[in-house]
Amino acid sequence: MLTAVGETPGVETLKSLYRRMLELRKFEMKVREVYRSGILPGFVHLYVGEEAVAAGVCLHLRPEDLVFSTHRGHGHALAKGVPAREVMAELFGRRTGCSGGRGGSMHLYAPEYGFMGTNGVVAAGIPLATGAALSAQLRGSGQVTVCFFGDGAVNSGSFHEGLNFGAVWNLPVVYVCENNLYATEMAFSRATKNPSVASRAASYAMPGVEVDGNDVVAVQAAAREAIGRARSGGGPTLVECKTYRFLGHHEGDPGTNYRTREEIEAWRRRCPLSVLRERHLAPAGVDAGWFAQAEKEAEAWVEEAVEFARNSPEPDPETFRDHVWA
Amino acid sequence: MESGLREISYVDAGVEALREEMARDESIVYIGQGIGPRGGNFRQTRGLWQQFGDHRLRDTGISELGATGVGIGAAMAGSRAIVDEVFLDFTLEAMTQIVQQAATAHYCSNGKLRVPLVIRGAMGAIRNAGAHHSHTFYAWFGHIPGLKVATPATPYDVKGLMKTAIRDDGPVLFIEHKALYNTKGPVPEAEYLIPFGQARVVRQGSDVTVVAVSRMVSLAEQAAEALAAEGVSLEIIDPRTVVPLDRETIAESVSKTGRLAVVDEAPEPYGFSGEVCAVVCEHCFGRLKAAPLRLCSEPVPNAFSPALEGRMIPSVDRIVSGIRALVLSSRSETCRTQ
Repeated sequence: MLTAVGETPGVETLKSLYRRMLELRKFEMKVREVYRSGILPGFVHLYVGEEAVAAGVCLHLRPEDLVFSTHRGHGHALAKGVPAREVMAELFGRRTGCSGGRGGSMHLYAPEYGFMGTNGVVAAGIPLATGAALSAQLRGSGQVTVCFFGDGAVNSGSFHEGLNFGAVWNLPVVYVCENNLYATEMAFSRATKNPSVASRAASYAMPGVEVDGNDVVAVQAAAREAIGRARSGGGPTLVECKTYRFLGHHEGDPGTNYRTREEIEAWRRRCPLSVLRERHLAPAGVDAGWFAQAEKEAEAWVEEAVEFARNSPEPDPETFRDHVWA
Repeated sequence: MESGLREISYVDAGVEALREEMARDESIVYIGQGIGPRGGNFRQTRGLWQQFGDHRLRDTGISELGATGVGIGAAMAGSRAIVDEVFLDFTLEAMTQIVQQAATAHYCSNGKLRVPLVIRGAMGAIRNAGAHHSHTFYAWFGHIPGLKVATPATPYDVKGLMKTAIRDDGPVLFIEHKALYNTKGPVPEAEYLIPFGQARVVRQGSDVTVVAVSRMVSLAEQAAEALAAEGVSLEIIDPRTVVPLDRETIAESVSKTGRLAVVDEAPEPYGFSGEVCAVVCEHCFGRLKAAPLRLCSEPVPNAFSPALEGRMIPSVDRIVSGIRALVLSSRSETCRTQ
C-alpha cells in the first residue's frame, strides 16, 4: 500500500491509524477505571500516551510476524491483532483470557496472533525475539520479529547480548525502544551518560534511527523501512521512539512524584491522537462528525470487551496443575 | 562384546545421539561457545559442524545470557533448540532466561506455547579447576516447576537420555559430568531412548539402598565392592533423571533394605540428597532401621589445591566408613520414634 520512505500514507490509512490509537487509548482508560474499582488482580502498567508506537509499527506487520512485548504491553497485544475481549478477560483473570487466566497483564500470550508475550522481566524479550528471528531464518519463513522494550532495558546485559546476536547473525528482527524518559521513577538522563538510544546501534554495526514516537506517521515510516529491511534479509534495525506515558508507571503510581506537572502537560499537548488529527486528518478534511463517530465506536468496542470479561467464568481451580509439562 | 554393542566414551555417546537427532530433525539448532569448528571444549560436538554447518551449529562468543535467551526464543517460535553452556557454572549467566522464561512460558500461555529446549552443561570437579568451574547445583533446577533435569552417569545413559531430552517438548537441563567425559562403556549402535523418570538399579543388594548421582555412581560401586568383603550388601540406584524422579524404585528398594544413603557431589545443605531423604521418610518411614545418611561434598567452595579439594568431595573411603557406621548403628533394629 505504501511505496517510498517518507511518503505520507493516504487518508484512509491515516483514519484507520487514528481509530487504532483511539481504541488503545479507550481500552487503557477503561482498564484504569476497572482496576480502580478493585476487581482486577495483580498490577497494570498502562500505555496511555504511547499509542503511536504500537499502531505505527504494527501497521506494517503481517499476521504471521512475531511481536515480543513488555510489562506495558496491552497496546502491543491489541495492535498486533489480539482480540480486545481476550486481553480484557485475561486482565480479569478469567478462563476466556488469552492465557486462560494464568498470565494476566504481564504474561499475555497469543501466539496464534503472533503475539509472543508481554513480560514481567525488563529486557527479557530482547534475546527471545532475537531467537524467534533465528528460527524464522532457519525455517526460511519470511517472518519478521519485532521486539518492544523501554528506555529501562537499554542498560541491561540482555540488550547488549541480544542486539549483538541479531547483528552478527543478520537476523530478521526489529528492535523498537519506547523511550518514555523514565524507568519506573528513574529518569533515563540519570541512569546513563549517553542520552541517545539510537546511537547504541553503532556498537553492533546495525542501523539506528530516532523518531518522534508521538507522530504515528513518522513511526510508521521508520517501521516500514526497518521491517522491510529485515524481511528482505538486510538484518536488524534499532528504532528509538521518543514518547511519554501520561499516567504513572503502574496504576497506583500518580507519576508526579518524579515528574513535573509542566513536563506532563507539555507532552499531553503532543498527544499522538491530537498530533495525527491536527497535522494530517483535519487538513485532509476529516470533519468533527467523523471523530465523534470514531469515539463512539471505540467506546463500544471496549465496552463489548469488558462485558465479555465480566461475564466470563474463572478458571477451574482443579486445572491449576495443567500445562506445567508440555 | 555382544554384537551391536561397542565400547565408546561418554562424550562420544553424546555426539552420536546429537548426530542422529540432528539428521532426523531439521528443526534442531545447536547454540554454544566453541561448539562449531572446534567441536566443543570437551569435544562434546566433535564432527557435528563439519556435517551440519554454520546454519545449524551456531558458534557464539562468550554471551550465555543472550545465547540462552536466543535458544529459548527459537524454541518458542518453532525450532528445537539445544543451548550448550559448556560448563554448568555458566548457566548462572543465563538463569533469568531459564527460570523466568523457559520454565514458565508453557504454563503461562495456557499450553499454547511450547519450549522444546535442551540446556546442556557439564558439572563437577575436575583437575582442580577451582571454584568457578566446578559447581554441582543441578538440584536448583529441580526446584523450579517446569524444568526437567537429567544427570547421566554412563555412556549408555548419555545416548538414551540425550535423545529423550531432545525430543521432549519442554525445557530439559542435560547435565553431564566433566570427569566422566573420557570414561567408556558399552553402547548399542542401534537407536534407543531412555524414558525420563526411570532409575537404574546398578547393583542389587540387601542391606543398604545407596542412591548415587552422576560421577558418584562409580564411587558407590567401588564402595560396594569394599563393603561386600565385610559382609555388607549395597543396592545402588542411579536415578538418571532428578526430575522426574523415580520415587517408586527408590521406595521399593528402601522398603527392602531399611536403610538409605545418598551419595552426591553437591554440597549437603538444601540439595538433592535432602530431597531423597524426605521422599524416603514420606514413603518408607516405618521400614527404616536408621535415619537416612547423606554423603555429600562439605559445604565449601572448590579449592584449587588438591590437598584441600580432596577433603571436600566424597571419596570411596568416606562412603565406605559412612555406610559401615550406618549399618553398625542400626543392625536388625527398626527405627523407634523418640
